Amino acid sequence: MRRISTLVYSIKQGLKSIVHNRMFTVASIGTMTACLFLFGILYFIVANFQHMMEEAETSVGVTVFFDKGITEEEIEAIGDEIMLREEVDRIHYISAEETWEKYKEEKLTPELAATFGDDNPLQDSASYEVYLNEVEKQEEVVEYIEGIQGVRQVNSSKSLADTLSGFNKLIGYISAAIIIILLGVAAFLISTTVATGISVRREEISIMQLIGAADGFIKGPFLVEGILIGLVGAAVPLTVLYSLYYRIIAFITEKFDNIFNKLNFLNVDTVFGTLIPVSLLIGVGIGFVGSYLTVRRYLRKAQEGL
Amino acid sequence: MARYDLHRDLRDIDAPVILFDNVSKTYQTGTHAVNDISLEIRKGEFVFLVGSSGSGKSTMIKLMLRACKPSKGRVYVAGRDLGRLRRSQVSKFRRSIGVVFQDFRLLQDRTVYENVAFAQQVVETPSRVIKQEVPKMLAMVGLSDKLNAYPRELSGGEQQRVALARALVNHPVILLADEPTGNLDPKNSWEIMRLLEEVNRRGTTIVVVTHNREIVDSMQKRVVTINNGVIVRDEQKGGYAHAKN
Repeated sequence: MRRISTLVYSIKQGLKSIVHNRMFTVASIGTMTACLFLFGILYFIVANFQHMMEEAETSVGVTVFFDKGITEEEIEAIGDEIMLREEVDRIHYISAEETWEKYKEEKLTPELAATFGDDNPLQDSASYEVYLNEVEKQEEVVEYIEGIQGVRQVNSSKSLADTLSGFNKLIGYISAAIIIILLGVAAFLISTTVATGISVRREEISIMQLIGAADGFIKGPFLVEGILIGLVGAAVPLTVLYSLYYRIIAFITEKFDNIFNKLNFLNVDTVFGTLIPVSLLIGVGIGFVGSYLTVRRYLRKAQEGL
Repeated sequence: MARYDLHRDLRDIDAPVILFDNVSKTYQTGTHAVNDISLEIRKGEFVFLVGSSGSGKSTMIKLMLRACKPSKGRVYVAGRDLGRLRRSQVSKFRRSIGVVFQDFRLLQDRTVYENVAFAQQVVETPSRVIKQEVPKMLAMVGLSDKLNAYPRELSGGEQQRVALARALVNHPVILLADEPTGNLDPKNSWEIMRLLEEVNRRGTTIVVVTHNREIVDSMQKRVVTINNGVIVRDEQKGGYAHAKN
């Protein structure tokens, strides 16, 4: 019973003080919102890039062609040898017939295709498409495959592989840097926020200490205040980002059609499935930890000097 | 056992409720506020602590509240050695002491009722008990008709009575009053002193720091006079006039 009434008291006082110091509350929520908004945007970029990288990495195929007149058994043996490499995720055999059918479909009009009848001009074009786990290892793998007997030619795009792995690293560095800066800003913000709250209620705290309030009781309303500021400070940017997500994607797709139209963006549910809990946790966590540490430091000092 | 009963047990102890045992207090600035003071106050006593400004009276109040620790010697209050109290025990200790200040120290954004109830909320008294005791306490100080008023709507005397109700609502063993009439006119001052006497008759030990000569002289209580951090006089049924020497 007592615990419940203390909890009710803390929530009531926390809310009261939020309203009472509203200018200051709005400023704190604003800063928190700005931080988490930036965090959200950063997360959009990182998550989508990673998604695209993963997709691109596995879709960067290495195509392997065979010597003329090779038998099916020999082709199978080559396939087994390629699969020995750890970096190889999967291989896909495309027969000469499939290649020709695909070519006809994509490049020729039905009339033109009909003139070939049953002939297959690409009869030596059977191939393996080799997909890798790690795009960075492409060069090594290509070299290996070229050394296998019966392999005539290996086609790969070195520049695409290099660009992708470079991008991956760059995004890693940038996101680490931005997250560190954001955390620093947030820590400073909360410390200032709660310190101001305390100075507004210095008198009240000293009266509580005189009457014999336990530290936990004094901290209660400040913790509620910090958590609520964090909660609202997370909810606002999440709402804005949610409503903006598709618009941002539409904008990017429209502006940079030629570069991005082949890349798939993550859908809104996937992105927010992670972003919502992470943002709320950061907001509430910073609110709680920040107010807890600041109040504790103040109470230790204040008890001695009533 | 419910925390609520703690003070009742403390009231039954037999030892002096306040004991200064060769206590000195030197602040970090080098000021010797209190110098080798020994003082014993028994249960149920009414004591005036008088002396000029800077004589060490406030430091003694601070020592009794464990707002500071003695540099030398021991301070026992309500059966506890205050120098040995751990930080976490200080709040529980203070619940056995009521305090009243010259500037009332009421929460301006709360009503009279809320100010008094606050003292009980703080020590986690069940709300049904709060609802019974707060009106009773406010009736005792004559403020039954002001429950919903805010401190700024009250006279100084009324505000001090609210502060007194707040100090008493948790049934303290000891009531410390630091210049309780310092901001009041004579009529209101007398009213506060009569209330303190009434509280004392009911068994609470009372220590009043004051400059009010008229009150000290006419109330004929024990008077402890401090000068330059030393007790220069300690008289039963004493007066301020004698203390001037």
